[in-house]
Amino acid sequence: MNKDPANSRSPLLRVCELSKSYRRRGSPWQRGHVIEAASHVTFEIFAGETLALVGMSGSGKSTVARCVSRLERPDAGEIWLNQTDIAQLESSDLAPSRQRCQMVFQDAATSINPRFTAGEVIEEPMLIQQEGSQRERRQRAQGLMSEVGLSPDSADRLAMEFSGGQQQRLAIARALALKPSVLILDEALSGLDLSTEAQIANLLLDLQSAHALAYLLISHDLALVARVSDTIAVMANGKIVEQGPTTQVIGHPTAPETRALLGATESARVGLAAAMGMTP
Amino acid sequence: MDATVTNSDEVLALVRGLSVTYEPDGGQPVRALVQASLSIGPGESLGILGESGSGKSTLASALLRLLPANARYMNGAILFRGCNLLEASDSELRNIRGARIALIPQDPALALNPVISVGDQIAEVLRAHIRTTGEARRTRVEELLAEVGFDQPRQIYPAYPHQLSGGQRQRIAIAQAMACHPALIIADEPTSKLDASLQTEILALMRRIGRQHGSAFVLISHDPTVLAGFVDRIAVMYAGRVIEEGSTEDIFRRPLHPYTQALVRLSSRYLAMQAVRTPFAAIHGEPPDLTETVAGCPYAERCEERMPVCSERGPQETAPELDRRVRCFKYEH
Repeated sequence: MNKDPANSRSPLLRVCELSKSYRRRGSPWQRGHVIEAASHVTFEIFAGETLALVGMSGSGKSTVARCVSRLERPDAGEIWLNQTDIAQLESSDLAPSRQRCQMVFQDAATSINPRFTAGEVIEEPMLIQQEGSQRERRQRAQGLMSEVGLSPDSADRLAMEFSGGQQQRLAIARALALKPSVLILDEALSGLDLSTEAQIANLLLDLQSAHALAYLLISHDLALVARVSDTIAVMANGKIVEQGPTTQVIGHPTAPETRALLGATESARVGLAAAMGMTP
Repeated sequence: MDATVTNSDEVLALVRGLSVTYEPDGGQPVRALVQASLSIGPGESLGILGESGSGKSTLASALLRLLPANARYMNGAILFRGCNLLEASDSELRNIRGARIALIPQDPALALNPVISVGDQIAEVLRAHIRTTGEARRTRVEELLAEVGFDQPRQIYPAYPHQLSGGQRQRIAIAQAMACHPALIIADEPTSKLDASLQTEILALMRRIGRQHGSAFVLISHDPTVLAGFVDRIAVMYAGRVIEEGSTEDIFRRPLHPYTQALVRLSSRYLAMQAVRTPFAAIHGEPPDLTETVAGCPYAERCEERMPVCSERGPQETAPELDRRVRCFKYEH
């Protein structure tokens, strides 16, 4: 689309009319049917910016994440990553794009091999992509550990010995090992303690400005998303029902689904404000 | 103020100086609870606020004497209506669990049996505690299903857990907990696996039914906002210790302990719902390793108001104000 570089800066990730449906198997009491998990999803993310994909569970946001990272092959649509449409690439051709786009999952404990040492966890992507010598890989892993706030001296400790927050840091270091330009954060801030969540959010903000990373942040927590994203896209029933700058979506929501999500946060706010003795 | 005063004669459950240590096979002992004390009055709702590893779930399970075999109750007492649960026999405990003290689990998908219909699983609780006919039991289960918000209890009765949504399964768990009108309900992070909108719904349901039955609540959460709109009092836990306790309003309006202050500051992000893109006021560092003896205050390393004394010895519990207690040298005189 935008071939002229002088025209405007081009997005790092552009998703166009992405669709994916699943067939649900029938059972004795239910007929099989097709679920449109994502339909005609379109968005783009620029360097150094965060797009938050929000919605209730089952709205299709994780399906989009899984398609963009090509853990799933979409039925239709385009996924432009670095001038390549990766939507229909065969897995053997995906290696270069895997390098550019990495994923961080919600539960670090289940996305990390507990029998690996911290160093091995971070080195594995480099090993798969055959990057550098063993020594260089170890050096890079230790550098990444200090970048995400872990002591490089603990590279030989087992990943399962780390606390939940430290494991999430480890998962982020692993995602950065191949120097990607896009990170998909699939509920990467959910289910953490408040103080850990704040630490990880701060870390992600720091890493973003240091490396001009583009984030696709999947979340159901609008209060958190409001704080860290530039753009919000609200999903419901597989479709994006509202998309715009964060201030606009939070301040002037138009779609009923956005209002419902805000309303859910609203009741938490009212309770909190009452307890704090303020008017919300 | 309208803070609930718990006189000793109207205490429903009391935890006094309870210490629990896990002794895993071939591992270092973990001091999960250190001298923890709590009291819950009839019909009162108490929130336990703490992050992972703070001992809040250990405390909840201890209230039901449901700790795993490698847990050792080092000292202290758990009194329920004057009876020390640490000395109760198995049959006495069976009469209390599910009937007088009920538990709402964090993840009903794990707590419910996948191959028994949800109706039968609620009936099971009734069968264990109340002698009645199968017919009456079935009617009662349908009443309970209606009470927790199912429009068509008869259709839900034969359903299996996997056929229900997360929110519906949590309603089933609530129906189970309410089946015998317990005096005390312990809910361990009952909404942390649910969407924000469902969270509010389930909390409102728990409160409504709790009030109807006059049950007292212990609600355990890592999220101050969940507790804010729900409980009368909050006990804040850190590294196995209760470091502060007070009315919900006091905790949120005038938190005393530096850790509570930091948590309240963090939770205020829900109040300022605008895009800021600024760093959060995070608490630096991690909680201490509970396999090692902490000489001073366990929060000292992360505390912004640390004094020399803080790493020398542990602070004692003080009551700087009526009906509040805190463990911090700032308030020791």
